[in-house]
Amino acid sequence: MTEEEIKKTVFQLLQRIAPETDPSRLMPEENIREALNIDSFDALQFIVAISEKLNVEIPEEDYGKTISLKSLLAYLDKKVNG
Amino acid sequence: MKEPNLTDYARLYQHFDWQNERTQLAGLPDGKGLNIAHEAVDRHASGNLKNTVALRFIRKNGSTDDYTYGDLKTRTSKFANLLQSLGLEEGDRVFSLLGRVPDLYIAALGSLKFKAVFCPLFSVFGPEPIFQRLSKGDAKVLVTNTAFYEKKIKGLLDRLPALNYILLTDSPQHLDEKVLSLTKLMGEASGEFSIPPTDPEDPALLHFTSGTTGMPKGALHVHQAVLTHYSTGKYVLDFHEGDIFWCTADPGWVTGTSYGIIAPLVNGVTSIVDEEEFDGLRWYSILEKQKVNVWYTAPTAIRRLMRMEIVPKEKYDLSKLRLVLSVGEPLHAGAVIWGQKAFGVPVLDNWWQTETGGIMIANYSSMEVKPGSMGKPLPGIIAAIADVEGQEIKIYDQPGMQGHLVLKKGFPSLFRGYLHEEERYKKCFKGDWYITGDLAKKDADGYFWFIGRADDIIKTSGHMVGPFEVESTLMKHPAVAEAAVIGKPEPSIGELVKAFVVLKEGFEPTDGMQLELIGFARKTMGPAVAPKEITFIDSLPKTKSGKILRRLLKARELGLPEGDLSTLEKS
Repeated sequence: MTEEEIKKTVFQLLQRIAPETDPSRLMPEENIREALNIDSFDALQFIVAISEKLNVEIPEEDYGKTISLKSLLAYLDKKVNG
Repeated sequence: MKEPNLTDYARLYQHFDWQNERTQLAGLPDGKGLNIAHEAVDRHASGNLKNTVALRFIRKNGSTDDYTYGDLKTRTSKFANLLQSLGLEEGDRVFSLLGRVPDLYIAALGSLKFKAVFCPLFSVFGPEPIFQRLSKGDAKVLVTNTAFYEKKIKGLLDRLPALNYILLTDSPQHLDEKVLSLTKLMGEASGEFSIPPTDPEDPALLHFTSGTTGMPKGALHVHQAVLTHYSTGKYVLDFHEGDIFWCTADPGWVTGTSYGIIAPLVNGVTSIVDEEEFDGLRWYSILEKQKVNVWYTAPTAIRRLMRMEIVPKEKYDLSKLRLVLSVGEPLHAGAVIWGQKAFGVPVLDNWWQTETGGIMIANYSSMEVKPGSMGKPLPGIIAAIADVEGQEIKIYDQPGMQGHLVLKKGFPSLFRGYLHEEERYKKCFKGDWYITGDLAKKDADGYFWFIGRADDIIKTSGHMVGPFEVESTLMKHPAVAEAAVIGKPEPSIGELVKAFVVLKEGFEPTDGMQLELIGFARKTMGPAVAPKEITFIDSLPKTKSGKILRRLLKARELGLPEGDLSTLEKS
């Protein structure tokens, strides 16, 4: 799966949680939760959804690595593509 | 291990006396009364705690910012002086809309010094809940930052004519006559302020909470609530000299004010404030690095921590941690027991609500814990289970009966009114008893056990959401004809806000419409209040008098028996 495909999936899922936002306008270093006004429940839903969609396991311990778009994509890329 | 302040519950409960507790506090000099800010800050700053850290802020990047009791005295005096220079009067209401940053704490305590009434708003609220509260609370001053001002406040100003000033924490210059730079005003203000005479019954704090019907209610608390803050700090949070305490709650909710600001300061300990949201590993490292002794958190967080594979006490040095407490919603027995394994101490649950101003029923480290129970009433608090349906209240004497949880009036932190809503306030009392709206039972040993709410209020992530507030906002969307909102049980946050929506003719119940409505709700109300789930329905079940039967929707959602339907209007 290319980084672009992962990114697309991330945006789609974020938009289902915060439909009033445009995730594609996120800056790479921006805190996703703050920028899209996502609370901790939504954040958890997002992590569960993305792990199901990409078929990867994301333990609670790693949630700190998924804060910005840049770190999230790097983390997912490593998980998906090794 | 330090000996707890409360060693013999039964004995203390029997001999406790609020008058005696009052003698433990300083009171304003020359017998000028009782003021929360004096007890929390000034008296320590003039004594041997002057150079002790009162508040340690952990910024999002992990760096820290310390304020000693001496620093706090100067800063809060400056804030009180700037309120004076803006022409505020005693009793005027000062609001904040901020994250957990130093300015929030300084504004809170400075307002109390000045004798303004302080009301902190949860920064995750969207514009509509903010408007409701500022407007109902007759806000004169709002302390916020530029981003929140631009995003959430600016568009409301036309509808808030009584709001005189907005103080921006991060703007170096005043924007106009109304929108001013807090930094600049603080720079100009004197650091000396003499607290005016304060009657213990003078209003101090305003906290909004949700009702089943109508918009949020502003529960008003007075300065002598500090007696409860002090006493519960001593007996439940078990504060000892030199303690490091961390309350994870946001001051936008009552726990974050009573126990995130006031109680630890009144007891003279050091309080940790983390600006960041929940992050399991970050939290464990804060407990370790800051050598936290007493930790007060919430079931939502505990359940998240329980999902993690690690046993914290094996991976982190938590040897300083003496006490872990939880509030917000009932902590199930499994979590209490998990605490023992994870931290070496059980997680002690306690119960209270916005109206009670402080902890009312608690588990204590020196008393046997029955996992899943709320514990026993604080010394000075009389709690009972009652039937409140008749003319007279009927207190159940025999154990095991389920009924309304009621508290005997007369303790210092009980709210003194709902702002501008005398009728709603009166309805909360029957005889000498305050009716909490929670259902519970009491066992033969005197332990209380939570059952649920007696009304339709939704408890989500530990805070209350009123269905009416959400329904009214949803109905502002052009496609919505009617809406009903319930709390749907959800394992991680207790209940989630779920809406049933009837669409107007010409609108289709599509996936796109669902997203449109969720987006609309999030934009107007913010994620803490907006529904997380929306289901379209052809019509709402109502009584013959037209009242929405939320209970029936909930029963259907959960596949439970529908109960008595004799009042149901056939559609």
